[in-house]
Amino acid sequence: MRHRAKSSKGELLPLEKIATGIPGFDEISFGGLPKGRTTIVCGGPGCGKTMFGIEFLVRGALQYDEPGVLMAFEETPEDIATNVASLGFDIQDLARQKKLYLDFLNVEPTEIRESGKYDLEGLFIRLRSAVEEVGAKRVMFDTVEALFSGFSNPQILRSEFRRLFRWLKDNHLTAIVTAERGDGNLTRFGLEEYVSDCVILLDHRIKDQISERRLRIVKYRGTKHGADEYPFLIDERGMSILPLSSLQLQHKVWDQRVPTGIPDLDAMLEGKGYYRGTSILVTGTAGSGKTTVAASYIDAACKRGERCLYIDFEESSSQVARNMLSVGIDLDHWAKKGLLVHEAWRPTQFGIEMHLLRIHKLIDKIKPQCVVIDPITNLISGWGDREVHSMLMRLIDFLKNAGITALFVSLTSGGSDLEQSSVGISSLTDTWILLRDVELNGERNRCVYVLKSRGMAHSNQLREFVITSNGIKLIPPYIGQAGVLTGSSRVNQEARELQEAVQREAEDLRREQEIERRRLSLQAQVASLQAELAIVDKEVAAIARENQDRQERSELDRANLARSRGAD
Amino acid sequence: MKTQKKVQAGGEDFLVLRLYVAGETPKSVAAIRNLKKISSDHFHSTCKIEVIDLLKNPKLARDHQIVAIPTLVRSLPPPISKIIGDLSDTEQVLVGLDLRRSRAKAKN
Repeated sequence: MRHRAKSSKGELLPLEKIATGIPGFDEISFGGLPKGRTTIVCGGPGCGKTMFGIEFLVRGALQYDEPGVLMAFEETPEDIATNVASLGFDIQDLARQKKLYLDFLNVEPTEIRESGKYDLEGLFIRLRSAVEEVGAKRVMFDTVEALFSGFSNPQILRSEFRRLFRWLKDNHLTAIVTAERGDGNLTRFGLEEYVSDCVILLDHRIKDQISERRLRIVKYRGTKHGADEYPFLIDERGMSILPLSSLQLQHKVWDQRVPTGIPDLDAMLEGKGYYRGTSILVTGTAGSGKTTVAASYIDAACKRGERCLYIDFEESSSQVARNMLSVGIDLDHWAKKGLLVHEAWRPTQFGIEMHLLRIHKLIDKIKPQCVVIDPITNLISGWGDREVHSMLMRLIDFLKNAGITALFVSLTSGGSDLEQSSVGISSLTDTWILLRDVELNGERNRCVYVLKSRGMAHSNQLREFVITSNGIKLIPPYIGQAGVLTGSSRVNQEARELQEAVQREAEDLRREQEIERRRLSLQAQVASLQAELAIVDKEVAAIARENQDRQERSELDRANLARSRGAD
Repeated sequence: MKTQKKVQAGGEDFLVLRLYVAGETPKSVAAIRNLKKISSDHFHSTCKIEVIDLLKNPKLARDHQIVAIPTLVRSLPPPISKIIGDLSDTEQVLVGLDLRRSRAKAKN
């Protein structure tokens, strides 16, 4: 029965928690372990129980200034120290600094006989003196099975455990007890009956030949907690737990635009480029130029002084660097300047959550403003679409929250509808750029178009692009009568049209000249007719005069005749 | 509290026993009492018995690797053997101290 602290008014105060410092755990438990209570961490052999407890102690000592006590029943502190040394935890040094107290309680069953009643007061005496010695706030017991196997009377043990947990609570110590997983029960000896404030179950399984570790908070009384299984990994920095479903659709939005690194592509995106903090999907068939598009963006970002993280699942960094040199992009240069971190690993090397965790850790370490994952399709093979979709959703959400502009490269198999993305990731990203090969007249030419880009009026044109030694250039579209033309047929068509244009011009000129000639000739005709007319007019006038003359003469003659005949 | 009983130098079956207790709890008191009885009844050789109160000397619990109380340790003759409990089962004590050649001699 638990007793919750009450305020002066008698109201129940919220359960106090103590941070473990283990990345991810404090998030899914909404604060850490219950303070002043005992938590059971159970699981099969090798699942990481001891690691969890040690990390709890070490981080307590180092990060939260809370010394701790390790009561080991199974492995000696020296063995434990060796095991955790590779994580950078030097527990023996911490013991020297009096930040940790290490005690090994030897309970060899072969050496001990029992005669009559006993209790575990020796354990209490040692624990008390240990806590006093370093002023401990955190305690870890590893493992209870060793105690049980050392003493044959389970009843005594159970009552002593009860006493122990009460004692820990009375002394406000936050404790972890590790226990083996039982069949049916959570723990082999049913310890969860006494310690039921918080029970954590660790699991280590092999799926498709890849090892996966999972953590689940089975019980956490009095508080909300993530109830799912969370994948975690143990690497050179300790344990990391990835919160699977702690996602809310709330993230900051940036207005700023960042250039794509390809000026002609910028032009298709309102002339400004991508929105900062968004995710961009670049899909295309093999050899369509996706990596070049990604590298162009990195080049532009590094030129701006931004840090980039390039995660490569296909080619080694040196190979990509060499290939990009031929396009005029020098990735090695940026790597040397520390602006580009290029990590490559095979997708089959780990389980999908491990990939995600690794990516998270890299991002944590480097804090880039830009991330490229090339390609994500490699992750899909072997994992269910739903799992990958879920993982990508988490990743994109995380990147958005961090204001990181992310570019995902995806390989499509061509042939079938290129716009079908098997994972449905296209709905998760803000911008989708499709690289397509167009086959015509025995050639394949590269084209690009922007299928979608949220929040901007992007171009809907299909444009041919060429990869030159100066980067990617887009050619303005040619829309002939038969649709869009590319490549040599485009060149042919352009030549033909030019020729036609020239011909037309010549034709026009000829016609003009023809008409001019006709006009002149008509004018000449008109002139000659007019001249004829003038002559005719003159003739008419002459005839008229002649007539007149004749008449006058004839009159004169008559008059003369009349005179000569007559008048006398 | 130190008690010495029947000390003779150079005895062949020289027993050195240590009884770890914690204060004056019923089990501790019973153990001391039982040990006295067993030793007077059954110890035919010389023995040295030391009673160590861990409440007064808590550091010794770690140094001597004591978890259960009471614990009786036979340090001589070797090998070291431990018996835990209030020693009410005499048979077990004798077998544990290897003073009784019984069927249950083999330690489980």
